[in-house]
Amino acid sequence: MADKQRLVEAVRNTLFEEMQRDEGVVVYGQDVGRNGGVFRATQGLIDEYPNRVYDAPVAEAGIVGLGVGLAAYGFTPVPEIEFSGFMLQAFHQIQQHVARLRSRTRGELNCPMTIRAPYGGGIHALEHHSESFEAGYAHTPGLKVVVPSTPADAKGLLTTAIRDPDPVVFFEPTRLYRAFREEIPDGDHTVPLGEADVVQEGEDVTVVAWGAMRHRALDAAEDVDASVEVIDPRSIVPFDTETVLESIRKTGRCVVVHEAPKTGGMAAEIIARINDRALYYLETPVQRVTGYDVPYPLFAREDEYVPDEDRIRRGIERALSG
Amino acid sequence: MPRETVFEHSIDHVEVLAPDGSVDSELDPELSEDDLLEMYWTMKRSRRLDERAIALQRRGELGTYAPATGQEAAQVGSAHALADEDWMVTSFRESPAYLARETPPHMLLWYAMGMEEGAATPRESRNMPPSIPVGSQALHGAGLGWAQEIADESAASLVYFGDGATSEGDVYEATNLAGVFDAHTVFLCQNNQYAISVPRAQQTRAETLAQKAVAAGIEGVQVDGNDVLGTYAVVRDALESARDGNPVFVEALTYRRSLHTTSDDPSVYRKEEEEDEWETRDPIARFETYLRDRGVLDDDRISDVEASVEDELREEIRLANEGREAVDPEEMFDYVFEAKFPELERQRAAFRGENDGR
Ligand SMILES: Cc1ncc(C[n+]2csc(CCOP(=O)(O)OP(=O)(O)O)c2C)c(N)n1
Repeated sequence: MADKQRLVEAVRNTLFEEMQRDEGVVVYGQDVGRNGGVFRATQGLIDEYPNRVYDAPVAEAGIVGLGVGLAAYGFTPVPEIEFSGFMLQAFHQIQQHVARLRSRTRGELNCPMTIRAPYGGGIHALEHHSESFEAGYAHTPGLKVVVPSTPADAKGLLTTAIRDPDPVVFFEPTRLYRAFREEIPDGDHTVPLGEADVVQEGEDVTVVAWGAMRHRALDAAEDVDASVEVIDPRSIVPFDTETVLESIRKTGRCVVVHEAPKTGGMAAEIIARINDRALYYLETPVQRVTGYDVPYPLFAREDEYVPDEDRIRRGIERALSG
Repeated sequence: MPRETVFEHSIDHVEVLAPDGSVDSELDPELSEDDLLEMYWTMKRSRRLDERAIALQRRGELGTYAPATGQEAAQVGSAHALADEDWMVTSFRESPAYLARETPPHMLLWYAMGMEEGAATPRESRNMPPSIPVGSQALHGAGLGWAQEIADESAASLVYFGDGATSEGDVYEATNLAGVFDAHTVFLCQNNQYAISVPRAQQTRAETLAQKAVAAGIEGVQVDGNDVLGTYAVVRDALESARDGNPVFVEALTYRRSLHTTSDDPSVYRKEEEEDEWETRDPIARFETYLRDRGVLDDDRISDVEASVEDELREEIRLANEGREAVDPEEMFDYVFEAKFPELERQRAAFRGENDGR
């Protein structure tokens, strides 16, 4: 029977199932063992699989770099980085090795690693705990980048990611870990990477949003006097450009929403693709609603930084005007 | 050719003030009564600040807070050894060290309230702001110490980090670079036995953390970090050595008696018996016994100290709340660059609602 789960539970259950399905799956990271992860995403896993779940020292470069070795040997490493802000400590391993092992070895070796990390803001965390740096990973050829926004998608996408022969960076929106419960489809539920979810169909304007922003976009859409199509790409790489273009060919208007800073963010890339292939369908310029180009503030100012419903609504209205 | 030893090394352990309050007279740093009382007062302020901060966090008035309860001797003893011209470089658990360096409690509370204002220590204080990424600040400490060497300044820098941090590449790089560049740096590792849930034994197979100095070719020493006099003495000597371009790595053996942070539950990963055992080695209790034996403290003076701590904290919490009410979110645009930046000014105008957000 399908049961209702929170996003963090969906992640945990997926890890259990994939470890059961494949003996090669190894889960490790800071505090993932006895403590069950700082968000409890790995709770109980070490009791079930004591020889395949490990508490690691505080060493992100080490955690990811060891994973390259595990992967080359034939394991499927699923390391957790405590907060995505601290993946920068491992970025050199990710950019220089994880992402290139396949191309460097002409396909002789691959790196089927899934790096899980909490992502994005909204939980009043400390400095460097709230950033969303998906564009940095998207800018690294050879990596897949996934951001689930619902418990069912978390299950489906994580299952696919772990089974994927290529490396996947899997960003779990902290704000959504415990935000709501949802029914998870029975059985072997997978969601392909690179297939957007048209969350809500509409005729007048297309809104593209992922992570916590998907939900804010839906709320904002309720407050505008127009028929809004909301698209959640679910994976940033591969990105389902076709679904977005198709929608724009219908609506002629578009807004891209993300928490990350504006300059060089994913919205810029998405707009470039629209310009390439659907410019003449646009009735108005594509709008961006994003974080500002300032370091992600400490939490006394974070609510003013992260796009809220009001800013998204105004973005939609701009797209609709003219 | 026979196999022969080319290198040997040993690590000293230092303890001056024993858990029973007795002092090793040979190692006694012979501090003045004023110094002793000041250290005692700072330790008491710091412990009480922790209690108040945890309570404020539980009421939703603070964000994540990392208590230093149990580590007061390691921090106050070491920070007390700093001269005004020395730099202090901290991690995220150093409220006692900041208090020892005269940072007012309301600033520490501001930081825990998610306000950048709390990290804006004045430049003259020679305090760096807290560093959240584990171990990353060790390099800044080495850099400051290197600067002191280049500038030929007779001062040093003291950098704080935990046992977990020694697993990070940055800490290894920092100790090694400090050695290469004769940096005036003392690395103070507070081995409080846990990195969140991971016990020290799972952090490294090395027997001591002080020996992390060996590979870098700098001196390493271990001190009882619950002994404020020992920590003071060892760090004072280490700073002397550092001022001459010889960096030192000090491991202060201590225990984090409280939570990792306010979002942590230690019962998942450690036993009450262990906590009880360390309670008997509490740094404040030990120091208090010693000060009573010396006749520096009695019940009356202790109540005076406690009363003054309460008065101060009441006022500081008021200041902290006042500051929080005055937060202007637009200030997030103020300090990104020194000069005005056209795109950012556009974004600021949009934030104010002055343009249509394009
Ligand atoms: C680079 C980095 N990785 C992970 C974290 C999350 N984290 C915060 S504190 C901590 C443990 C640190 O342990 P230790 O260095 O022993 O210091 P302590 O907390 O005991 O003072 C971790 C893993 C972080 N802040 N920075």
